[in-house]
Amino acid sequence: MSGKNTDMRTPLAKVRGLGSAREGTGHFWRQRLTAIANIPLILFFVGFLIALNGADHAHVRAALANPFVALVMALVLISGLIHMRLGMQVIIEDYVHGEGMKLALIALNTFFTIAVGVASIFALLKLAFGG
Amino acid sequence: MSKSPATREFARRERPISPHLTVYRPPITMTMSIIHRITGGALYFGTLLVALWLMATASSQATFDWANWAFGTWLGRLILLGYTWALMHHMLGGVRHLVWDTGAGLEKHTASKIAWATLAGSILLTLLIWIAGYMARGA
Repeated sequence: MSGKNTDMRTPLAKVRGLGSAREGTGHFWRQRLTAIANIPLILFFVGFLIALNGADHAHVRAALANPFVALVMALVLISGLIHMRLGMQVIIEDYVHGEGMKLALIALNTFFTIAVGVASIFALLKLAFGG
Repeated sequence: MSKSPATREFARRERPISPHLTVYRPPITMTMSIIHRITGGALYFGTLLVALWLMATASSQATFDWANWAFGTWLGRLILLGYTWALMHHMLGGVRHLVWDTGAGLEKHTASKIAWATLAGSILLTLLIWIAGYMARGA
């Protein structure tokens, strides 16, 4: 390495490659991973909604209670929500420069994601287990 | 000298000295990049509608009927049409980014063509989804 005399990192830090934020390429990688997963998942969701268009309550309940549909819907929600939380974090970091406001919005971003996820998945489980 | 016809036409005109922002024509890649972020932000809040729909379905017949009625009003349909387009545009824009991640498709004119294709593709997919939706409803 050319930076032999200037690189202050320990050999272990270089191998881990996590950088000063201790996250490495985690954000980038999860963004891409969920992006790829979202393509088939969202297409399933859109197709499911097309098939259910105009259906009555009993029909929609029965469709969502199907184990395969419930499982894939849970994946749609989890992958989509992780992806959107990462995306919104970048938007906040790009436009909000006040340290306090930035931290507050990043926390709010996580709370919003978890609130939407918990509410949706609870509804899914309720339908799946016939509550 | 650029091969783009728009650039040649622009060169014939008398070029203004800075500030020139009033005559700046944003490249399509820039516009699609901005739209990608805006649709992403819109989809973020759109998840509230998905949560609402699931909760309404899980709660009671009356709540489900109310949600169905709300989504069926002209305003509800307009929002869902916009939601569909935002989803398709963000998805195609995302595929474009995944292609770019491999290092392909970054040449200027290629990138512009792909950018136009995401716009055309998103409108086409939105129309197809809504046609299929109305066909499912009619059947």
